[in-house]
Amino acid sequence: MPEITYLEAISDGLREEMRHDSSVFCMGEDIGEFGGAFKVTDGFFEEFGANRVWDTPLAENAIVGAAVGAAVEGLRPVCEMQFADFIACGFDQLVNVAAKMYYRQGLAVPMVVRLPSGGGFSGGPFHSQNPEAWFLQSPGLKVVAPSTAQDAKGLLASAIRDPNPVLYLEHKNLYRRVKGDVAEGRYQTPMGELRLAREGTDLTVVSYGAMVHTALEATEDIDGASVEVLDLRTLCPLDRDGILESVRKTSKVVVLHEATRSCGVGAEVASLIAEEAFEDLDGPVVRVTAPDVPIPFSPPLERAVLPQVDDVKEACRELLAY
Amino acid sequence: MATTTARPAALDPHQHLAREAWLTVDDRRELMRYMLLMRATEERALTLYRQGKVPGSYYDGRGQEAVSVGSAFALSPRDRACILHRDLGAHLLRGVRPGRVLAQMMGRAGGLTGGRDGNMHFGDKDLGCVGMVSMLPDMAPVACGLALAFQMRGEPRVAMTWFGDGSTANGQWHEAMNVAGVRKLPVVFVLENNQYAYSTPNSREFVVDPIERAGAYGFHGVKVDGNDVEAVFQASAEACERARQGGGPTLIEAETMRMHGHGAHDDMSYVPPEMLEEWSRRDPIENYEALLGDAGEVDLDSLREEVTAELDSETDWALAQKMPDPSTATGGVFATADPVMGDGKAPWSRWAKEVSNA
Repeated sequence: MPEITYLEAISDGLREEMRHDSSVFCMGEDIGEFGGAFKVTDGFFEEFGANRVWDTPLAENAIVGAAVGAAVEGLRPVCEMQFADFIACGFDQLVNVAAKMYYRQGLAVPMVVRLPSGGGFSGGPFHSQNPEAWFLQSPGLKVVAPSTAQDAKGLLASAIRDPNPVLYLEHKNLYRRVKGDVAEGRYQTPMGELRLAREGTDLTVVSYGAMVHTALEATEDIDGASVEVLDLRTLCPLDRDGILESVRKTSKVVVLHEATRSCGVGAEVASLIAEEAFEDLDGPVVRVTAPDVPIPFSPPLERAVLPQVDDVKEACRELLAY
Repeated sequence: MATTTARPAALDPHQHLAREAWLTVDDRRELMRYMLLMRATEERALTLYRQGKVPGSYYDGRGQEAVSVGSAFALSPRDRACILHRDLGAHLLRGVRPGRVLAQMMGRAGGLTGGRDGNMHFGDKDLGCVGMVSMLPDMAPVACGLALAFQMRGEPRVAMTWFGDGSTANGQWHEAMNVAGVRKLPVVFVLENNQYAYSTPNSREFVVDPIERAGAYGFHGVKVDGNDVEAVFQASAEACERARQGGGPTLIEAETMRMHGHGAHDDMSYVPPEMLEEWSRRDPIENYEALLGDAGEVDLDSLREEVTAELDSETDWALAQKMPDPSTATGGVFATADPVMGDGKAPWSRWAKEVSNA
């Protein structure tokens, strides 16, 4: 198996699906001959042509809305938002048209919206957001957030083949930083199943996306404690059983995400544990997240806002000592 | 490229003789029948609303029957439609039975959405319709996507969608028009200008008539008398033909009047009475009756009796439908299989002759 980057794994997954299924096509701004702002579709225009690699006008509602129309007619569109932040401009089509279509009319909408998300490189308030919680309040949307190259490819394949609208969060800070041995050809990573990133017995860190790597680094050696790290991979549907199983084993939980704090995935996971595993806890569920502020531009400000390795270490130490 | 045709002061039977190449006597009877069916269905629904059997409010398309029937009549079975809440005639024409509409209004299990959505928020996927949402004109980008699928697969099919004058002020309208123009999509946009977006008149929605924008987007635009069913049909048939032949989108502006309030709760106090009087003289059904009566081609009395009898039995059927089971409210959020849309009815005689093209 060749070692490729997270970004190459996304390209590989998309290319494999497009080669295998002529109904799969991609659309988005600058994705054609230019290959996309991050080069995920580099070479696609040459291989698949302008029809299936549609360089769209700057019109996010038209991109998402046209994807809905094409999807209900039997195609499988994969939309690229240039940055996850710009889904705000196509939000209406996503939450009002795509998300509710099946519930209202029994009409399936198999489409994927790729969302280059996350901060850490001075992108500022409009190129750094982690908008996953926006979608979790909109029933009918599935949300995935891979952290490894293997899952980046496998979850994209699952998202494309799923008969529902799927938001695919690809963290920009993982694009070229993370590499992995990725199988050639087509394979799927199942949605709704978390990955045990590291097994442990003393404490569980629940995370997803780029923060999985932060969690692993931070808990590699905390005074000899055995720390389990869960990579949620899918945020909707959430692997509730997988989370609870780990909580029952370790009895202490830190939930870590880069997105802002209030009403986020961490809040959902914490309340799930409070409702279902209260008796198993040996301490409060602790959240390590960005505070409720926009993501600032200047490096020291951004570092102050995004969860750092030391923040996670400190939270784990405190909880272990509880 | 936008062209504007003068609105005829009164229907001229001789003007319509030229349309006989397009429309048989049976076609004309069908146009009339669906307009009558729309009005009769909406009158029954309004009665049910006043009897307290329709939850929420009630919205209809009184006075706009010629727009929905005339335009949808041009569609082939395999064409697709995203229909607006003033356009019940288009649903009926594509094959939705009136009883299911009445059940839908009453929130019954037998309604088109089984009580999951209300009033005109429905589309029968088995009849090639993707139903509207309240945000307007959200179905314009969706219709572009349907048309994109036809274009990508090289199919001679058309997507048609309807929106009102207020929708032309929304950003999504621009996005859809621009994308349709850029990709030369086989889509027909029917703008039914019924003079008011809820209480807001045209003068506060736009300065320049929206039909003038069609040329700016690089495609054809035509303005027709929206109360003349054959004029709407002719413009729509030409637009569909253009789209099928790769000629791209068309914007049709059908000028009409919303003869009821925005919803049943709206007393329309903002509409000058003389305006309603003027438009009531241009009622699309009465004018078409006069035309068909003069021509002596269609037995209007038997047609009316037929429609009334149909609505009687359909109303009984709707009232016999149960309310939905509360335990089903949380199911069916996610699909487990791929979408399959069915084809709509296409009563225009042309399609019986040209099934291979449909």
